[in-house]
Amino acid sequence: MKTIQEINEKIRTGKAVVVTAEEIIDIVAEKGLKKATREVDVVTTGTFGPMCSSGAYFNIGHSKPRIKIGGGTCTLNDIPCYTGYAAVDILLGATAMADNDPRNSVYPGEFSYGGAHVIEELVAGKSVRLRAEAYGTDCYPRKSLDTLIELKDMNEAVLFNPRNCYQNYNVAVNLSDTIIYTYMGTLRPRIGNANYCCAGQLSPLMNDPLYKTIGIGTRIFLGGGVGYIAWQGTQHNPGVARTDQGVPRFPAGTLAVMGDLKQMSSQWLKGASFTGYGVTLTVGIGIPIPLLNEEITAHTAIRDDQIVAQIVDYSEAYPQIIPNNLGEVTYAELKTGTITVKGKKVPTGGISSYKRAREIAAELKARIHGGTFLLSEAVAPLPSTDSDVKCKLLNERPFKKKK
Amino acid sequence: MTNKRIVLTFPSRLVGQPITTHLVKEYDLMLNILRANVTPNEEGRMVLELSGPKKAVEEGIDYLKSIGINVEPLSRDIKWQAEKCTHCTACIPACPSGAMAVDRTTWEVSFDRDRCIACELCISVCPFNALEIQF
Ligand code: SF4
Ligand code: SF4
Repeated sequence: MKTIQEINEKIRTGKAVVVTAEEIIDIVAEKGLKKATREVDVVTTGTFGPMCSSGAYFNIGHSKPRIKIGGGTCTLNDIPCYTGYAAVDILLGATAMADNDPRNSVYPGEFSYGGAHVIEELVAGKSVRLRAEAYGTDCYPRKSLDTLIELKDMNEAVLFNPRNCYQNYNVAVNLSDTIIYTYMGTLRPRIGNANYCCAGQLSPLMNDPLYKTIGIGTRIFLGGGVGYIAWQGTQHNPGVARTDQGVPRFPAGTLAVMGDLKQMSSQWLKGASFTGYGVTLTVGIGIPIPLLNEEITAHTAIRDDQIVAQIVDYSEAYPQIIPNNLGEVTYAELKTGTITVKGKKVPTGGISSYKRAREIAAELKARIHGGTFLLSEAVAPLPSTDSDVKCKLLNERPFKKKK
Repeated sequence: MTNKRIVLTFPSRLVGQPITTHLVKEYDLMLNILRANVTPNEEGRMVLELSGPKKAVEEGIDYLKSIGINVEPLSRDIKWQAEKCTHCTACIPACPSGAMAVDRTTWEVSFDRDRCIACELCISVCPFNALEIQF
């Protein structure tokens, strides 16, 4: 048994032993759980994939004379921001599009520029055009603003993502006779390809499947900077079926994360355009897992061949919410490049980058080794399998106008 | 024997002309049409693989140029910008020729110009605009 304080002391004095979620696999196989837990202090994980529920809020500073953007309108490089806060606090969502973007009216739409791209450009240090219209008040008389602005001009710039880091995800296929365009990429007809989106054995929540150390307040690598877990993510769904090792067979836990955008890097936050679907932000996240006991170590030793995902038809079953069991595959199978679905050999493609996930795990390891990244104790646990938190469908009650 | 892959851009007046037949008959070339985008009254594009004796291939290309067709080597067609690529592998199942490939140990994606048939299937698949058509 170790404590996080003891591990932090070792990190400060440069004595901590840190390995990645790939490296721990062989260490446990060679030395056994007991010895591995004694010798290794921290396991680092990583993931780099599109995470639509992302965005950033900014305090842009007061103009002279003052303007109250709250309740007015505001765009950054023509992408509309949310203005329902105070005078100069605005929020930009990753999937936001310019009003005049053709979207899917010319199908499939390109979605070449959106909120996520603005976030990437800001993080890269570029200036963007901010335009605002306001109604004017006695204390905030100004009615319009058109200025260039960059991240360093702003008071606060905070990445705040309500749902990131999905614990497991579907493998998407298309059973129909026509090509379809989804957030899982382009899916060719008659099961032409199978796309998956999870770093498997490197994925943060796969290495702590029951949220024993990852909780609210956990310090993480976020977009190249330091972030924190703020809450469970939206649609957090810990109660799904799991393997004997506690790993969910279906999409399960999620994280809400936040961090100072000014410290982040455009290498780890990238705007992405999914043809026919939309814009999203690709986010790099790495979470350290302290090896406090053998149970935690055993979870980090999970391998791709022990993690399964469900094959889901995105032409009908997914959009219409119709159960249609096409079976499950392991990440080890997916990573060979070919899986078999309904007797057909199908090429696989990733949506999240395993190479980048590996780089994040290595970078976080280096930062902990270097003493610049200390671990934090969770201040509250995430709802786990024993909670009643689950992801529900909408209970629709069609609105009827009163006569 | 030489193999040459070329991209032809021809003005609308030449659309519908038996150009490929002429290449086969007069220059004794073997032709493989890798891709064609020909709409009446519009500029046409075609990606061709020519094979035959070196001299005949050159003469065939000269003939194409002489009748007003723009001829470019195929390798200039698709550009992969390594610095934009995140190595996500989304393009791998989309690429029919194996030009886009991933090393399953390092998980690094690479582009092999010589294998690319410029089918453009990867272009809209890449979320990061790492693949571009160069015209
Ligand atoms: S253009 Fe076609 S052959 Fe060339 S890399 Fe793209 S998908 Fe592959
Ligand atoms: S889809 Fe684009 S970013 Fe992904 S591996 Fe292919 S070229 Fe790279």
